[in-house]
Amino acid sequence: MDILTILIAVPAVAGVVLLTVRPLRAYARQFALGVAAIELILAVGMLMAFDRSAAGTIQFSQIDSWIPQIGASWAVGVNGIGLSLIMLAVVLTPLTMLAGWNEDESESRRAQYYGLMLLTLAFTVGIFAARDVFLFYVLFEAMLVPLYFLIGSFGGEQRRYAAVKFLIYALLGGLIMLVAVIALYFAGPGGEQAFLTANLTGLTYDAPWIENLLFLGFFIAFAIKAPIVPVHTWLPSVVETARAGTTVLLVAVLDKVGIFGMLTLVVTLFPGASTRAAPVIIVFAVFTAIYGALVAIGQDNMYRLVGFASVSHSGVMVLGIFAFTRTAIEGATFYMLSSGLSAGALFLLIGFLVKRHGTASVRVYGGLQRVVPVFAGTFLIVGLTALALPGTSPFASEIMVLIGSYEATRWGAIVATLSVILAALYVLLMYQKVFTGPTPQAMEPTTELSLMERVVIWPLIAAMLVLGFVPALAVDYFKDPSAAIVVSVEEAGL
Amino acid sequence: MTYNVPEIAWAPLVPIIVVLVAGAVGVLLEAFMRNVALRRVVQLQLSVATLVLALFAIVWQWVAIGGDGVVVLRSMIYLDRQALAWQFLLVVFAIGGVLLFADRNREGEDAFTPLASVAPGSPDETVARAKGLAVTEAFPLAMLATGGMMLFASVNDLLFLFVALELFSLPLYILVALSRRRRLLSQEASLKYFLLGAFSSAIFLFGAALVYGAAETTGMRELLGLYVPERQTLLLLGLFMVVVGLLFKIGAVPFHFWVPDAYQGAPSPVTAFMAAATKAAAVAALARLSYLVLFRFAWELDWVIWTVAIASVIFGTVLAIVQTDVKRMLAYSSVAHAGFILVGFAGFSPLALSALPFYLLTYGVATLGAFAVITQVRELTPDGAAGAEATRLGQWAGLGKRHPVLAGLMSLFLLSFAGIPLTAGFVGKFVVFRAAVEQGAWPLVVVAVLASAAAAFFYLRLVVLMYFTDAPDDASPRVEVRPTGIGRGVAIAAGVIVLVLGVLPAGALNLADEAGVLLSPPVVTGG
Repeated sequence: MDILTILIAVPAVAGVVLLTVRPLRAYARQFALGVAAIELILAVGMLMAFDRSAAGTIQFSQIDSWIPQIGASWAVGVNGIGLSLIMLAVVLTPLTMLAGWNEDESESRRAQYYGLMLLTLAFTVGIFAARDVFLFYVLFEAMLVPLYFLIGSFGGEQRRYAAVKFLIYALLGGLIMLVAVIALYFAGPGGEQAFLTANLTGLTYDAPWIENLLFLGFFIAFAIKAPIVPVHTWLPSVVETARAGTTVLLVAVLDKVGIFGMLTLVVTLFPGASTRAAPVIIVFAVFTAIYGALVAIGQDNMYRLVGFASVSHSGVMVLGIFAFTRTAIEGATFYMLSSGLSAGALFLLIGFLVKRHGTASVRVYGGLQRVVPVFAGTFLIVGLTALALPGTSPFASEIMVLIGSYEATRWGAIVATLSVILAALYVLLMYQKVFTGPTPQAMEPTTELSLMERVVIWPLIAAMLVLGFVPALAVDYFKDPSAAIVVSVEEAGL
Repeated sequence: MTYNVPEIAWAPLVPIIVVLVAGAVGVLLEAFMRNVALRRVVQLQLSVATLVLALFAIVWQWVAIGGDGVVVLRSMIYLDRQALAWQFLLVVFAIGGVLLFADRNREGEDAFTPLASVAPGSPDETVARAKGLAVTEAFPLAMLATGGMMLFASVNDLLFLFVALELFSLPLYILVALSRRRRLLSQEASLKYFLLGAFSSAIFLFGAALVYGAAETTGMRELLGLYVPERQTLLLLGLFMVVVGLLFKIGAVPFHFWVPDAYQGAPSPVTAFMAAATKAAAVAALARLSYLVLFRFAWELDWVIWTVAIASVIFGTVLAIVQTDVKRMLAYSSVAHAGFILVGFAGFSPLALSALPFYLLTYGVATLGAFAVITQVRELTPDGAAGAEATRLGQWAGLGKRHPVLAGLMSLFLLSFAGIPLTAGFVGKFVVFRAAVEQGAWPLVVVAVLASAAAAFFYLRLVVLMYFTDAPDDASPRVEVRPTGIGRGVAIAAGVIVLVLGVLPAGALNLADEAGVLLSPPVVTGG
């Protein structure tokens, strides 16, 4: 078996085992963490073996027949972009498992939670590795099932509502995409490998409207996932009520599936339609960036605040992709990684606060700086990464997007820059209300960050700082793939 | 004019004959065997053994006739792999159904009334119950129905089709009325089903008569080559009415009115069998008629398919959303599925001939499994014995926590109905939609997928209830899962099939492709 197949199979099998084998329940956490650690080691091994000088080509490629009758293959492989997103997923998963280590719950529910998390991880890795449109679609949709249970079974009061809202949104996008997937079969070469991404790239269509419709079918699904205004409304309800661990996976990793899909499927398969639609999409993207940031300022619930902040970030990423310049696309890809790390860390920290005081409402908190200085300091640093302070990786990536898109759409880049300023507002206001000022009576007994919590958060901060000062460490992986995308778009534009 | 005895090739008919003979033997057993307990065992074993034998016979014929098909009875019965594939499905569904018929709970009660001829609630009924009587007629009735359906899926002549239609419908009308509990509801359902069924049969027959009036034949082969411009309208009207008769059996809007009542009132094992098998048989007949005859009139008749498909998908989904009873919800969901199936007929793509059997397989297996689960969720009587089935949606709250395996299986079936990837239902939908898109019917497919998204809402509502809602502590009557050996076995087997067909469907799709050729029977001269 090839490494990527193993990387998908290990958490999938482990997840099913954990969900079904009763005696394992008592050791659910240890088992899941062990599997996640193995997964991490395997992934690091893959990272080492990856040939960085050929980051634009698909490596670790494996193509096997799966359902030849409908042209679907088990085709996996990664270029630099897919690889880095897989790394993001496998790094964040064990950390979120650790963060929820002391959650008070019954053994069976715990087994369920960790089992579902492992399944989600398997699907995520699969999606980032899929080189077959059918396979991608199957994983993209099937992933909703474990997520639905993660949101609906674990979390706050409104979890059922949030789970159903999430699912209906995602299914709606996914099913429209299904029509496009089927239609793509008939537009492509057909045969037993009809759905290989490679076979569907560079097609010529009978008429532009066919390509436009196919483009739309895919784009809507990814826009919902990303999410972009106006199809973002599932996100705040979910982050408000879901467990912190779920939220981290969902916002920091899975939302990237939407952006990743736009980059590797939409733009690659339909470069002509993408260029035609770019002006409209850029308007939506810029609006998303500003709208998300503005709404974030007004939030009282910290989860919702960070949720809207990540909506705003998605807008910036989409802007970067549809600007179609190398720098912008590299930046957008880099931003997926950095915003994943930063939003993930922020959600985890808020989760720690909520565990101590049972609420995510900013209003209740105040003056924690004096009581828990290390917590406050950590929160501030993570907050500063979220507002893209120079020297952190979100800054490096955001600046790349903005500079890169300035060449393509001057006003778009300028307006989007406003979102960075607004980011400073919402992050600092949150910090100010929670950690500074007089300390209310109820806040006095707050406990300091525990060792476990530090172990979870500090590596993330370290990663953002390292990547912030030496962006080349990551960007080298994106250069060739981004260049290839720009070239394909330019060719289609001619 | 002399009458020539037609030559009949008997071997390809073996599967059907075996099943029908077993039905006849079963009826005789009913008459002559007095010992109820023994009779029940014998009937069950006879039925299952016969059906398994029929499966082998079908496989044998599949190999024997090859890809070319074989003339059985002039052009009236022309057996090809398409027909055998449908027969295979029907027998598989019958095995599942018959097994569920035999299922008994801890108190030794099956789903059927002890004596169908006594009035509900009468003293006679109490006596019959106390004596431990049992309606073992259910088994031969099911066999006759199965034989009729197998014939229905294989014949090329409208008149023959009508005979087969009656052969499988009449036993079903009786079966629907045999419920042990809520007998009035069951009998009412049976009456409604019978009246509407008779009505649809009449329309079908009238249509066949009009076709004969226009074309002077009822054979599909003869209709295929026929050209009668001066009687075109009559022919079209006749074909239209024949199609309406078939759509009745498929349960498509606006011919769906019997579906919810029959599904709800019938004993759940009967519902399982009926839902899976009737639909398959009717789709098989419609496919045969479509690809032999109707495609020539695609221009005139396509709108019927489009309208009915859209109406079924939308009405089925919307009405399913507002249901509060599990069986009625599944009934309306089956109406929506009728719509999805009809989507495959749009434009008469050749791909549909292999897609439809596959779709019906996925749908039928999930349906059998879902009703197998339903039979096990029971209201408890005050003394703790299993009572009627708990079919109100609210009664399923919290089942996932208490019975993870059963609830997990039910969720799997619901996900398959909803067409979520990695379940069989997704692959089924995919191949059917692909057939429609191939013919450019993508607007129809868009409507269908939008409805699927809405449909997911009500399937998942049940999942939400089972997993995310706590059972009320003071529910009256209390609801409990009473696992039964056979019920659980059927559900697990169905679950495994749903997963296998969802993850690794290549083998089954291969067979479906081999079955995906409908051969036009040759004209037999003389004879």
